[in-house]
Amino acid sequence: MGFSLNLTEFKNIFEELKKEYTVYAPKLFKNKGTYSDTNMVRYDEIHDIEDIEFDQKSHYSPKEVILPITQTLFYFTEDEVIEPKFNDKKILIFLRSCDIHAVKRLDEIYLKNGGEDYYYRRLREKVKFVLMQCEKSFENCFCVSMNTNETKDYSLFIKRKGDILFIEVKEEEFLSYLHNGKSEEVSPSFIEKNEVTANVPKDLDISIFKSPIWEEYASRCIACGRCNTVCGTCGCFTMQDIFYKDNVNTGERRRVWASCQVDGFTTMAGGHEFRKDKGDRMRFKVMHKIYDFNKRFGYHMCVGCGRCDDACPEYISFSNCVNKLNKVVKGEI
Amino acid sequence: MDINTKKLKKNAFRVTKERGKTAARIRVPGGHIDAKYLIMLQEIAEKYGNGTLHITTRQGFEIPGISMKHIPEVNKALQPVIEGLDINQISPNTGYPAAGTRNVAACIGNNVCPFANYNTTSFAKKIEEVIFPNDYHVKIALTGCPNDCIKSRMHDFGIIGMTKPQYEAYRCIGCQACVDNCKKRATGALSFENYKAVRDHERCIGCGECVGKCPTSAWTRSHEKYYKLVIMGRTGKKNPRIAREFIIWVDEESIIKIIQNTYGYIEEYIDKNASGGKEHIGYIVDRTGFQEYKKWVLKNVKLGAKAVMVENIYW
Repeated sequence: MGFSLNLTEFKNIFEELKKEYTVYAPKLFKNKGTYSDTNMVRYDEIHDIEDIEFDQKSHYSPKEVILPITQTLFYFTEDEVIEPKFNDKKILIFLRSCDIHAVKRLDEIYLKNGGEDYYYRRLREKVKFVLMQCEKSFENCFCVSMNTNETKDYSLFIKRKGDILFIEVKEEEFLSYLHNGKSEEVSPSFIEKNEVTANVPKDLDISIFKSPIWEEYASRCIACGRCNTVCGTCGCFTMQDIFYKDNVNTGERRRVWASCQVDGFTTMAGGHEFRKDKGDRMRFKVMHKIYDFNKRFGYHMCVGCGRCDDACPEYISFSNCVNKLNKVVKGEI
Repeated sequence: MDINTKKLKKNAFRVTKERGKTAARIRVPGGHIDAKYLIMLQEIAEKYGNGTLHITTRQGFEIPGISMKHIPEVNKALQPVIEGLDINQISPNTGYPAAGTRNVAACIGNNVCPFANYNTTSFAKKIEEVIFPNDYHVKIALTGCPNDCIKSRMHDFGIIGMTKPQYEAYRCIGCQACVDNCKKRATGALSFENYKAVRDHERCIGCGECVGKCPTSAWTRSHEKYYKLVIMGRTGKKNPRIAREFIIWVDEESIIKIIQNTYGYIEEYIDKNASGGKEHIGYIVDRTGFQEYKKWVLKNVKLGAKAVMVENIYW
């Protein structure tokens, strides 16, 4: 069912929603970009519909809402383990089609790939999606290539046009909030074409490991890890045990995002590091996104949001790498 | 030919090697201009000069080979450049009203450079606005970060951009890019404790390198912009030296006020018998001592809570 409302009417509804839900959305952080006097768009709790940045692609994906960057799993004393308090308030996330697809990939890893991850599940099951429409394909996007440009997996769809909001309700629960809205046909339109195409090679196999194609990345990549931290599907973490300074018998165990591009990711006890070369790391990442994951789950991990390309300070393009692989497989290079 | 060279020099022209020929000096505060002004300068150089243009060490232009008798015409031709660059003028079509206080130079700043912590050009223009025209010999340069590409430490006033890095430990993934980089490129102000970064404010020079290296934006810049004000550096035949730190973590407004106050101090203490009425500010400070200088320039200056000022400078 669809509705249209003006901004003031919606603000009242938003107040009601906030009683039930913590709302997360892309937000503009003024002067918080990497460079001086530049802005940052990333996810944060929002308190007003006007806090939402509808027009720009967020620099970081929404994954940090479900998969906190630093998460304390438990506190410990000498003889006791305590779990941190858990806020059971439900969560609404405003996000785009590709990002909804990205969460599906995280679900696959955290919920269906062997045992269920308890910490992930209890956050994840509180979450409902509010779809945002892409008015245009952004720079570096290649969602169409990865079949993530469309989705039906959302509870609400909200589009803002000036001071009017158009809302599609897919989940009955939300109808009660919208009794004042004017009925209207509302449905999202999806991106049908991107400027960038990524041709994922069909007959890819691990013989590509030996291709010289990876070599250039050994010198180009600086192993900063931005491609991983901005990615909506990278879900690797590491564990950190902290012993409090004032009493080293107490502390906490945290899990924190990890990056397969950063030094130390493959370091083992004894100091051996089996992917020291940055070309090898690039290969590992690319193959995970367009080969390994697919082998196990039947679809590709990469959703084509292009954030890794947006963020790379060395202008390394993931989609271009995929296209090069395609050419290698076809024998064109 | 009867030319008052004192007036000619104040009018930003130069007495050159070649008798009867002068060079017009064009100031470009902040070193950044719309390209269209180059065409105007080209026309002047080709019509009145010898067809060449010198890019000066202070980011201005000098048009050589102009006949001294053409000065009034050149001044008229320069009018749109002077106006377009917002230079304070006393009466239109008479060129620059002073030349003692030099062009305020600036590195490219955060218009372009990823390291810069502020817009050097717009700050330079604000300073130009309050100090020009003035006959006293004062050199000012602004640089976006402690790399000091403009060599601000060779100036009477060097303004070096700083940011106070803000750290959100929650966003830190412990990659140590900031810690390693600070050690290698800056001052080793960051250490790694319990998998998170710790900043030593005493050592931090506010360069913002950590912000540039952070893959999760755990480090961001402060909303407030800070500066390091270094003073009384100089080149020259007599006793050249590097400028020394006067105030760090200082704000824009205070810097402008200090520079303004410096002119009052010069007025009071300049050697009245100096040749050509010209004495470089640094030598005046040498004579009166730093404490007297400090007393004068801090009048009505309200430093922010974070500002740290040195007690004395031993050049």
